[in-house]
Amino acid sequence: MLGAIGLALGLSVIFGEPRQLWIGWLLPLVGVRLDLDPLGGIFVAATGAVAIAVGIYAVGYAKREHWARFPLITLPLFVAGMLLVPAAGSVTTFLLAWELMAATSLILVLSEHRRAAVRTAGVFYAIMTQLGFVAILVALVVLSASGGGDAFTTIAANADSLTPGIRNAIFLLTVLGFGSKAGLLPLHAWLPKAHPEAPSPVSALMSAAMVNMGIYGIIRIDLQLLGPGPHWWGLTLMIFGAVSAVFGVLQASVSTDLKQLLAYSTTENMGLITLALGAAMLLASSGAPTVAAIALTAALLHLLSHAAFKTLGFLAAGSVLAATGLRDLDKLGGLARRMPVTTVMFGIAALGASGLPLGAGFVSEWLLLQSLIHAPHDSITLVALAMPLSVGAVALTTGLGIAAMVKAFGVGFLARPRSAAAEAAREAPMSMLAGMTLAAAACVVFAVAPALLSPALQRVLAVLPTVGGDSAGPQIDTILRLPGVAGSISPALLAAALAIAVLLALVLARWGGRHRPPAMVTPLWACGADSLSPRMQYTATSFAEPLQRVFDDILRPDTNVEVTHFAESQYLVEKVTYQTLMADPVEQRFYTPVVRAVTVWAHLVRRAHTGSVHLYLAYGAAGLLIVLLVAR
Amino acid sequence: MSALAVAAAALQVVGVLAGAPLVVGGMRQVRARLEGRAGGGIGQPWRDLRKQLRKQQITPRGTTVVFALAPAVVAGSTLLIAAIVPLIALGSPLESVADLFGVVGLLFLGTVALTLAGIDTGTAFGGMGSSREITIAALVEPTILLAVFALSVPGESANLAAIVSATENHPEQLVSPGSLLAFVALGIVIIAETGRLPVDNPSTHLELTMIHEAMILEYAGPKLALVEWASGMRLTVLLGLVANLFMPWGIAGADPSLLAVLIGLASITAKVVVLAGLLAAGEVFIAKLRLFRVPELLAGSFLLALLAVTASYFLGTPTS
Amino acid sequence: MSWIGKIGRVGRMVEPAHDAPEAAIAPPTGVTGSLQLRHVDCGSCNGCELEITSAFAPMYDAERFGARLVASPRHADALLATGVVTHNMRQPLLNTLKAIPEPRIVIAVGDCAVNGNMFTKGYGVVGTVGDVVPVDVEIPGCPPTPQQIITALRSVTGR
Ligand code: SF4
Repeated sequence: MLGAIGLALGLSVIFGEPRQLWIGWLLPLVGVRLDLDPLGGIFVAATGAVAIAVGIYAVGYAKREHWARFPLITLPLFVAGMLLVPAAGSVTTFLLAWELMAATSLILVLSEHRRAAVRTAGVFYAIMTQLGFVAILVALVVLSASGGGDAFTTIAANADSLTPGIRNAIFLLTVLGFGSKAGLLPLHAWLPKAHPEAPSPVSALMSAAMVNMGIYGIIRIDLQLLGPGPHWWGLTLMIFGAVSAVFGVLQASVSTDLKQLLAYSTTENMGLITLALGAAMLLASSGAPTVAAIALTAALLHLLSHAAFKTLGFLAAGSVLAATGLRDLDKLGGLARRMPVTTVMFGIAALGASGLPLGAGFVSEWLLLQSLIHAPHDSITLVALAMPLSVGAVALTTGLGIAAMVKAFGVGFLARPRSAAAEAAREAPMSMLAGMTLAAAACVVFAVAPALLSPALQRVLAVLPTVGGDSAGPQIDTILRLPGVAGSISPALLAAALAIAVLLALVLARWGGRHRPPAMVTPLWACGADSLSPRMQYTATSFAEPLQRVFDDILRPDTNVEVTHFAESQYLVEKVTYQTLMADPVEQRFYTPVVRAVTVWAHLVRRAHTGSVHLYLAYGAAGLLIVLLVAR
Repeated sequence: MSALAVAAAALQVVGVLAGAPLVVGGMRQVRARLEGRAGGGIGQPWRDLRKQLRKQQITPRGTTVVFALAPAVVAGSTLLIAAIVPLIALGSPLESVADLFGVVGLLFLGTVALTLAGIDTGTAFGGMGSSREITIAALVEPTILLAVFALSVPGESANLAAIVSATENHPEQLVSPGSLLAFVALGIVIIAETGRLPVDNPSTHLELTMIHEAMILEYAGPKLALVEWASGMRLTVLLGLVANLFMPWGIAGADPSLLAVLIGLASITAKVVVLAGLLAAGEVFIAKLRLFRVPELLAGSFLLALLAVTASYFLGTPTS
Repeated sequence: MSWIGKIGRVGRMVEPAHDAPEAAIAPPTGVTGSLQLRHVDCGSCNGCELEITSAFAPMYDAERFGARLVASPRHADALLATGVVTHNMRQPLLNTLKAIPEPRIVIAVGDCAVNGNMFTKGYGVVGTVGDVVPVDVEIPGCPPTPQQIITALRSVTGR
């Protein structure tokens, strides 16, 4: 319901007049100010669309999983929070909506709080998101204080008067704060914990809609309000993006947990979007507005298509989870025969996520690459070095992304079931399928007819003067042509031509058909043995093993090989146990010391808590005195 | 877009279809001769194909539609590439449908289809081949895109026709360091993508060393024919593409005359024959690399491609 | 690069081809000059394997007549069976034959495969290849010479 309103509102704003709403009574002193322009509109619309699909899906999911009433009530609130964030027209409203979104999502993550993993994830998420919030809070308060007002419009008008020091400080703080929401490295650690542990509809909302808000924040504050920054701003974003993308996809390609894989892929895609934003900034500040517009279009389009295929991916993973109780790819398999619709759905999502032609992510990644290779190369050495490296990063990301998605789809859904639970899987109920079908339809639109979105994107570009300006973005028509630079592609015609070519190949394969003996179904070739047991199949772990070995230095897996010999002879082996553990290396090396330090501090602080009322009164008095002294 | 341009594109497709088995046969023949053997003759792959097409269709139990359709997807994507890339003439009617990035995407689409089919069989070897193939593909991708980048610098476009005509108009670009490095990088990529030595041995019988072969162990009869045909076509198209990217002479223009089309056909045939012969002769001297040495080779080619881009950025003079 | 010199010095080492033998059976699919073989060792002493190997090596080069050894029975047209069939190899032999798509033929190589040779009464022996699966072409000899093997293969490929 709420989703539909959001979608309608978003679309109407993109195409119509900006809407403003000022509700003075809702909040003391400043009031709630809603001010929706096309930029916010596109985010509202995306959130709304995701919410529709998830809403329909959740009906069946809640019934099948016996959800309590509490999360069911929180879900709409969460959606409302996400709709309000891009609609907010002032710093206060923005922060308020942000906190609503954060708090409700935390409650939803914890809705299966009986499992220990969920609780750990919840605590992690709570801490990270609040730290991020603090960064954003400080940045925005400084911004509104020095920008001379609470409303974004006022700040925009006064933006030129800010000193470079303040601008830089705000930039860094917002990138950190919003980056943590978008799951960028090194602040991503909550994401692969919280997203898989949340119930699947919530994971879909978080991964497809909530992370977008981090991107929205970066666009709104850093690109629009603070305007064209120095080169290093764009470069910082590009580095953040590239590192997150490569790291996320590497983790995804060795992950064996279906939902965790999808969550890492979110980090990857947010990284790509941030890379595109950074490229847009860098290009704009080095005098190539047309190419910058392409990069920005790539960022927005990828954001939207990511929302579509990630919703679908998580919803399909959710039906698998509901049907088998499994997330572990090593135990799945053979679902194509048991859950055909879900399999097709996940296939569409995986195709989109891998950035191949006919997939939802192809056009946007193509645009990103085009913007990177068309950077003016006679201007600045920095640009000349940054662009090839980022092309390499994007390419490595897509390459590994393909591997990750082939693994998820191939091992998870094809071949034969690797466990009894997967064997007994049944297709999801109608409402879940309907929700997925909606998301799949969106994926198909992104894959073959991105032209439908062209007008919306044009309008969004128009409100981003620092980057897009008056130079038009790429003409997304049936044939997608880039302005100013030569380059074209046509996803729709490509799909049609490929279909014809495949048919042609099928016709070719009929050649000589008259001479053929009748077709036959035979058992698998087991090298002469009688049968292959499903345990002999490649699992997700073994599938990713070569990649894991290649990237050993980055991934640092823990491997244990234990060989037990027979007592009689050390040459006869009784059994071999092999164990390999994939932990998040950044988390291990970056967070563990921090967490340890915090624990030590907490113990110190606890000593001060004696439980004596007198002492607490004394603390209060001392604190007040200090504040007064400082404030004087 | 004249009728002849369309005809030229159609001729490309037919030529690749008919010529691919001959290219494979020719390469085997070159190897055989250098090894002191007589060889099966250039027509041997065609004989094998015709025979496979007359054999029984087999569906291994437990496989899905992915397994059944993958050969057609591989063959179809390759045919489409053959229609898009400028082999005989520049002005393919599908020219603006996909640029070099799109072509790379199509190539990977075929790879992914076959990989999924390998997993779908549910055999140990199928999964093993798929896992290796996708690892190599993932590592090839950065090189291939960077090489595309390097190539697109002189023509300021990644569209194939633009690259080819830029080289045609400024042949001195070819001896620039950027172009040479890109050529080497692209060569390694093609070797890796088409499963030639030293990355993969197309004539191995030992399952444990297989990459491409391991994925197709379950295919029989017409489906096998399609897979083998397609892999021959991939090799042919890629050789032709590289030939025309770096030696575009003889290719017909966007609006060709009949004579130009014929010259184009003759020149591309000659180029592919020469390149295939060189590749086959080179293979006689090398052995297959260990699987975990392959990433080193690919990392090397990635570095070459990166150097190529930077070189053409700093040294290349824009042609426009 | 002493390799290149070597290639030049050695030149072609392949034995000259004799006239094509008379066809033993019609080519299974009606296409001449193409025969993929899957080899199964049913219990041989490996003498036959050595001779098969040399039949495909540069000196005899069976490939010039269109015969090729392949890894998977799915790719094959013919089963090349050597040795007497032992109890343990009976089922694998049957499985392999079943895995070869129709039309398919069975070629028995060596005296063991054809008539059991000196192993006929062995305790581990089921019988000859012909006792287990229908045999189309027989190559006698203990072991048969590469030339004999090639002649027999040519009588199938028709080249
Ligand atoms: S025929 Fe002779 S060489 Fe062949 S397996 Fe029997 S004993 Fe060995």
